[in-house]
Amino acid sequence: MSTFASFVRKEFIHILRDVRTMMIVLVMPVLLMLLFGFAISTEINDIPISVVVDKYTPEVRRDLTALENNPYIMLTGVIEECKVDEVLRSGKVSAVVMIRDGERNVVLDAANSSLSVSAGSYITSILRSETAMPLSVTTYMRHNPQLKSAYNFVPGVMGLIFILICAMMTCVSVVREKEMGTMEVLLVSPIKPIYIVIAKMVPYFILSLINLATILLLSHFVLDMPVSGNLPTLLTLCVLYIILSLMLGLFVSTLAQSQVVALLICAMVMMIPIIMLSGMMFPVENLPPVLKQISYIVPARWFIEAVCKVMVEGLPIAGILKEIIILCVMTIALFIGSIKKFNDRLE
Amino acid sequence: MRKEITQFRRNKVLPRLVVMIPIMLVLVMPLVTQMDIKNISVVVLDEDRSLLSTRIESHLAGSDYFRMPKSAHDYSRAVELMDQGHVDLIVSIPAHFERDMLGGHGKPISLTANAVNATKGGQGIQYATQTIISAVTEVASENGLAANSFQQPDIRIQNRYNPTGNYRHFMLPALMIIVLLLVCTFLPLLNIMTEKEHGTIEQINVTPVSRWEFILAKLIPYWILALLMIGLAMLLAWAVYGLVPAGNPLNIFLGAFLFSLCMSGFSVTIANISNTMQQAIFVLFFFVIQFMLLSGLFTPIGSMPTWAQWITYAFPPRYVINIFRSVYLKGTFLSELWFDYTMLFVLAAVFYTLATFTYKKQS
Repeated sequence: MSTFASFVRKEFIHILRDVRTMMIVLVMPVLLMLLFGFAISTEINDIPISVVVDKYTPEVRRDLTALENNPYIMLTGVIEECKVDEVLRSGKVSAVVMIRDGERNVVLDAANSSLSVSAGSYITSILRSETAMPLSVTTYMRHNPQLKSAYNFVPGVMGLIFILICAMMTCVSVVREKEMGTMEVLLVSPIKPIYIVIAKMVPYFILSLINLATILLLSHFVLDMPVSGNLPTLLTLCVLYIILSLMLGLFVSTLAQSQVVALLICAMVMMIPIIMLSGMMFPVENLPPVLKQISYIVPARWFIEAVCKVMVEGLPIAGILKEIIILCVMTIALFIGSIKKFNDRLE
Repeated sequence: MRKEITQFRRNKVLPRLVVMIPIMLVLVMPLVTQMDIKNISVVVLDEDRSLLSTRIESHLAGSDYFRMPKSAHDYSRAVELMDQGHVDLIVSIPAHFERDMLGGHGKPISLTANAVNATKGGQGIQYATQTIISAVTEVASENGLAANSFQQPDIRIQNRYNPTGNYRHFMLPALMIIVLLLVCTFLPLLNIMTEKEHGTIEQINVTPVSRWEFILAKLIPYWILALLMIGLAMLLAWAVYGLVPAGNPLNIFLGAFLFSLCMSGFSVTIANISNTMQQAIFVLFFFVIQFMLLSGLFTPIGSMPTWAQWITYAFPPRYVINIFRSVYLKGTFLSELWFDYTMLFVLAAVFYTLATFTYKKQS
C-alpha cells in the first residue's frame, strides 16, 4: 500500500508543479459557468419589427400602441412599402407588419424558422387581443412558472463542463508517460496496473471535487438554480459523473498513440456529440431512431436528465435510479477497458 | 511549407479526422437540430363529457404534435404521471364546460405543462391552445353560432426566405462554421505545440526564416484545407439536403477565408503563450466553447443580456455566421454585409499582430 501512496504522491507533484495549468483548470469552469448561465437563453424577446402603414385610422393607431407596448417586440419604426425587402434581407428586422386598407399582413424572415414561428404567433396574438377572446384558458407551468430556460441550461452546461474538463485532464496522463519513455519504468515496477490507473486518477479527482463545489455553489447562489431534491443525492450523482469522466479520459489516454491525438479526441471530437446529443440544446425525444440510439451512450445525456430531476423537480434518489445505474455501468466498463488496454502494453 | 504538407500526410489520424468531421457535421447533425417538438405526451381529464370536450380530445389525438400514451382519472394521478416523466402536458376540462362556454362565461380549461425545459413547456402550451381554439371554433360554427364572437380578424402570415420553415436549412450554414472553427483552431495549435514539445521549434528559430514567414508557412496549408472543407460541406448540403446558396457562393468563400485567417491567427497566439500542450488546449477550449455557444449558432444573440451582446462583438464567429446565413438563405449582397466583412478583417489583423508579437525566437 505504501507503494500506492508514493505513486499518488508522484502524480500530485506532477500536477502541483504546473501551477499555470492547475489555475486554468480551477478558474475556467467558474468563468464558463457564469458566462453561460447569464448569457445564454433560448427565451426570445425584443424581436425587432417594422410597420408599413397606409393611413392612420384609430384602429391602426391602436394596433401600433399594442405592438409598442409589448415586451417581446421592439418596434423599430414605420417604413415605406418598397423598403420591406431590403430591411428583411439585411437582417435589420425579423418581421414587417403591413396594415393596408384594414387588411393586416405579417411578413416574416423565416430563415430562422423557430424564431419566426414565435414572432408570428406573438404578433398575431397581439393584433388579435383587441377583439375579446371567447375562450379562456388558464395555464400552469409546473416546476418552472417563469419559464426560465436556465433550469434546463445550467444542468446542461454542468454536464458539458465536467465531462470535457475531467476527460481533458486525465487523457494526457498515460500517453505522456508513453511519449517521454517513462512508461517502461512504470511497467517494470512491481505495482499492479489497477493501482497505477487509480493513482493517476486520485489527484485529478480532488481537483474536480473543488470544481464541483464551486460550480454547485455558483449555480445555486448566483444563477438561482433551486435545489429541490436532497443534497446528498445530488452530490452522489455528480461525484459518480466525475469519476466516469475521469475514466473516460484515462481510457482515451490508454488508446491514443500521442498527446495530440488524445487531446484532439477529448476536446474536439467529443465536444460536438455532447453539445448536440445530450438534450442540452436540442430535445432528444425528436431524434431520428439511429441518432437516438447513439445518444444513449452519451453520458452527459443521462447526467443532465438526472440533475434536472433532482434540482428542479426534486425527485428522491429512487426517481433517478435508472440514470445512476446506467452511469455506474458506463464507469465500470471504462475502468475495465482502461486496465485491459494498460495490460496489453506489457507484452 | 512543403514540410508542413508532408507532415500532415504522414500523420494517420489527422487526414481521416479532416474528412470525417465535415461529413459527420453536415450529414448527421442537421437531423439533430430540430427545434419544434413533436410527440408531446398529453393527458386529458374530461369532467365535461360533452360533444365539445370529446371534440377537443379527438383534435388533440389527431395532431402530429401530441400523443396520448396514458390516461388518468383525476388531477393528482395525472401530476404523479408527470413527475415520473410519462406525461408532459395535462389538459383538464371542467364540468359543464360546453354549456357555460356557449353561454359565454364559466370556468376555463386549464393546461398544466412540465416546464423544466422551458422551450418544451411553452411550445406544448402554445400548440394545445391552438388546437383547442380550432376545436371550439368548429363546434361553435356547427351549432350555427358562427357569430362574430368567434370570428377572428383575418391576419395573413407570409414566410420569406425559408417558406417551408425548415429549421435544418437554418442550421446547416452554422454547422459548416463549426467545421471551420474546429479545423482552424485545434489543428494549427497542436501542430505548433508538437514542435515545441519535441524541441524542433528551436531548429527553426536558428534558421534565417522571419517570424512572419514562419507563421504564414505554418498556416497556409490550413487555410487551403479550410476552403476545401467548406467546398465539401457545401456540396454535401446540396446533394443531401438540396440547400444551395441563394446569393453568390464567392461571398461565402470570402467570409470563410477571412474567418479562417482570424481563427488560425488566434490559435497561434495561444500556442505562443502556452508552455505545454495540455495548457494550450485548455485555453483554446475555453474560448472555442464560448465561440460555439455565444455567437448565435444555437441561441439568438438578441436574447442575451446587453453586456453579453457587447462581448460577442469580439467573437469572429458572430460575423461569419451572419454572413453564411444571410447569403445562403436570403441572398444578401456583399454591400449589405460590409460591416461583418470589415469586422472579420479587422479581427484577423489584430490576431496576426498579436501572433507575431507573442512569437519569440529566443526562448
